[in-house]
Amino acid sequence: MYLILYIESVDFLERIVYLDNSATTKPCKRSVEYINKALTENWGNPSSLHSFGFSAELSMNEAREKIAKKISAETNEIIFTGSGTEANNTAIMAVSNSRAKKIITSSIEHPSVLETIKKLELNGFEVVRLSCDKSGVIDLDELENEVDENTALVSIMLVNNEVGSVQPIKEAVKIVKSKSAKTLFHCDAVQAFGKMPINVRNLGIDLMSISAHKVHGPKGIGGLYCKKGVNLKPFITGGGQERGLRSGTESTPLIMGFMGAVENLGDINKELGKIKEINEYARECFEKDDNIFINSPENALPFILNISVLGYKSETLLHFLENENIFVSSGSACAKGEQSYVLKALGLDKPRSDSALRLSFSRDNTKEDIDLLYSALKKAMGKIRRSDK
Amino acid sequence: MKEIILIKNGELALKGQNRSNFEDILIKNIRRRLKSLGKLNIRKAQSTIYLEPAEEDYDFEEALQRVSLIFGIAGFSRACVCEKSMEDILSKAGVYLKSTMENIKTFKVEAKRADKNFPLTSPEICREMGGKILSYFPHLKVDVHNPDIVVYVEIRDFAAYIRAQQLHGAGGLPVGTAGTASILISGGIDSPVAAWTMAKRGLRLNAIHFASPPYTSARAEMKVKTLLSKVARYSGTINLAIVPFTEIQDQIAEHCPEDYFTLIMRRMMMRISEKIARDSGSLALITGESLGQVASQTLPALVSTDSVVNMPVLRPLIGMDKEEIISISRNIDTFETSILPYEDCCTVFTPKHPKTRPTLELCENAEKGLDIDNLIEKAISETVYTYID
Repeated sequence: MYLILYIESVDFLERIVYLDNSATTKPCKRSVEYINKALTENWGNPSSLHSFGFSAELSMNEAREKIAKKISAETNEIIFTGSGTEANNTAIMAVSNSRAKKIITSSIEHPSVLETIKKLELNGFEVVRLSCDKSGVIDLDELENEVDENTALVSIMLVNNEVGSVQPIKEAVKIVKSKSAKTLFHCDAVQAFGKMPINVRNLGIDLMSISAHKVHGPKGIGGLYCKKGVNLKPFITGGGQERGLRSGTESTPLIMGFMGAVENLGDINKELGKIKEINEYARECFEKDDNIFINSPENALPFILNISVLGYKSETLLHFLENENIFVSSGSACAKGEQSYVLKALGLDKPRSDSALRLSFSRDNTKEDIDLLYSALKKAMGKIRRSDK
Repeated sequence: MKEIILIKNGELALKGQNRSNFEDILIKNIRRRLKSLGKLNIRKAQSTIYLEPAEEDYDFEEALQRVSLIFGIAGFSRACVCEKSMEDILSKAGVYLKSTMENIKTFKVEAKRADKNFPLTSPEICREMGGKILSYFPHLKVDVHNPDIVVYVEIRDFAAYIRAQQLHGAGGLPVGTAGTASILISGGIDSPVAAWTMAKRGLRLNAIHFASPPYTSARAEMKVKTLLSKVARYSGTINLAIVPFTEIQDQIAEHCPEDYFTLIMRRMMMRISEKIARDSGSLALITGESLGQVASQTLPALVSTDSVVNMPVLRPLIGMDKEEIISISRNIDTFETSILPYEDCCTVFTPKHPKTRPTLELCENAEKGLDIDNLIEKAISETVYTYID
C-alpha cells in the first residue's frame, strides 16, 4: 500500500530522469512482448514430452543460443538461474568440496560474491581478498604471488557496480592458469554484460555470471556461463533441468524476456560510444563545480559515474532529487550504515563516501538529463543545509 | 471435542467499585481483537471470562495467540467442554489430555464445584479423575506437592470443564481504562517500547511523528507505521499524526547556535506535540527517553524540554539500561524494524558537541531568532493523520 502511494507521488507524465540503471533498467518493449506471449500462448513446460512442451523448449533454446552468442559461448554453455546472485552462488559453491582449499577474490566484489565466499571461509577455506589501487583495479602481481596449486577458485568481477572500474580479467586468467591449470576462474559480469564487448573464449574464464534486468530485461532471471568440460556441482537439486545443474521448471516467460532484451542490445560499441559522450559531458559539468568530486576512475566503464557532492549526505540529496523527478543511487549502502567498502578500498575518506552518489546511464539517457541533474544539484546545494558546517 | 478459552483477569480483581467497568472494557477489547476470526460467544462469570467459538472451523490457535497479547489478562487457559456428568468428564479426559500428559512425569488433580448440586464432592471428583488418568497414562505418578502439571476439573452452572495448562497473559490493565496519551515516535528502538509499556498500564495511544523530507525519506515514514502496527497488536488502533518538520529544522540550523540544535528541536517538538495531543484528546505525552542515554536526555536537558509544556510527560524507560530496552523490543517484535537504517528526524543536523548541561535561560536565548508561534502553527496546519491498526 505504501509503495503504491509512493509511486503515485511520482508524476510519470512529467519528464523523469532515471540515472539508476545499474540498480535496474526499464524493460524494453520487445522483452515485455515476449514475456506476454510466453505467458498467454506458449506456456507449456519445456520438460513435457508432448508437442506443447516441446514448443516451449524450442523457444527456450533459441533464447539460450542468442544469449550465448552475445558472449561468444556455445549454446549449451549457458545455464539459466533465478538471478545474477544465484549465478554467483552456484559458481562459488561449486568448489565447496574441492580438495584445494584456497579462494582468491577482490575486496570490491558484489556482496553475493563476498558473502558466499565468507560462508566457505567459515567452513575452512583460506580466503585472500586482493586490494585495489586508487582507480579500483586489482594488483596483478599480488594475484600472481597468491595463486598456487592449492587454489580452488579465483573470483573477480569484470566491472565494479559502485564505481565502474574494469578489471584486467584476460591478464588475470593467464596468470592464474599458468600457475595452476586446475584452478577455476569465475567472473561476475553482471554490470558488464551488454555494456561492453565480452568474448568468453578470448578471456579464457571458466564461469561467468550475467543478469537480464541490468540490460532492459525482466528481474528474476540470470545466467551462468559454464565452459564445456568444467565439472560444475548443482547448487539447486531436483528434477534435473538445465543439464542437472539448476533444477526447477525453467521460467520460460522470463527467459523469453531475457532474449528480447538481448535482441534489442544492438551494436555494443556504438552504444558504448554514446554513453561515453554523456559520461564525458557530465564529468565536464561537474569538474567546473568546486564542490563536486568525481570518484569513478578515468578508465571506468562509462555506464557508471560515481560522484561526491561534498558536505551533503547521499541520502538527503537522493531524496531531494527524487522530488525533482531525478532518480539516482546513494554511493554508500545507507546514511547510518557502514561506509561503502568499495569507496574505502579506493582510498576515499569518510566525507567523500558519505556524500557519494552513483549515476548510472542507459541508452535512454541524454545530455539534457545531465543538465537537469546538474541544475537540480545546484538547487539542492542552495536549499539543503550542509551537514558538515 | 469442543474447546473454549478461560480468561482470568489479573489486577482487575483489585479495582473495587470500578471492577465491572474495567471488565466491560476488557471484554470490548477482546471482542474487537478477535472479531475477524468469526463468531464467538463471550460470557462473564465469577471473575472468569469464557470465550466460546460459535463456528465449526474457528481458528482456535490464532485466537489463543491474540488473547496472549491483550492487556488486562493475567493468565488464560484452554479447556475442554464436558457435560455435567462424571462419565462424560472421565471419557473426554483421556483424549483431551493425551498430548499434554505424554511429556510429563507427575500430576495432581484439583476440582472446583461451583454447582453444589453436582452429586460428587470436590475430593471425590479429584479421586475419580486421578484414578482415570493413571489408568490412561500408566507412566504418570501423582505428586500433590510439586506436580509437573495440575489438571483442573471445574463444575460450573452451565457446563463442566477440564483444563491442564495455565498460559501467561500479557498482564497490565485493559487498554482504555487509564485514558489516552500521545507517544512521540521517531523510528528508533526506544519509542515503540515506551508506547507498549504505557499501553500495558491501560492507556489508549495516539502517536506523533516528525518527518523532514528530503532529510528523511518515505521509507522512514513507512518504518514508523510498521512499528506502530506492531504496537497496535497490543494496544489496538493508534491515531498517528505526521508533522512536517523540515522548515523548523532549517530555521533552527540557520538561527540558533549549533550546540543547542538538538535541544531546541526537542523543545519545538514538545510544543507541537502538546497542541496535537490536546486536540486529539490525550492527557499526557509519552517519550522513549532514558536518563543520560544521549546529550538531549540528561537531567538538565529534560528540564529544559519539559519547561515548554504544561502536560505530564510520561517517560517509562527513564531508569532502564539500553540492554533492558532492547530485550523488551525483541519480545514485542519491534527490534528488527527499529534497526532498519533510515535517517530519522533526530539524526539530521546532529551537533558535533551538543550541550549536556543547558540552563533554561540559555535555551530561551538560543531560540530567540525563531518565529516560534508561526512555525508551530504552520507545522500543525500541515499535519496529516492516519489510523494504524
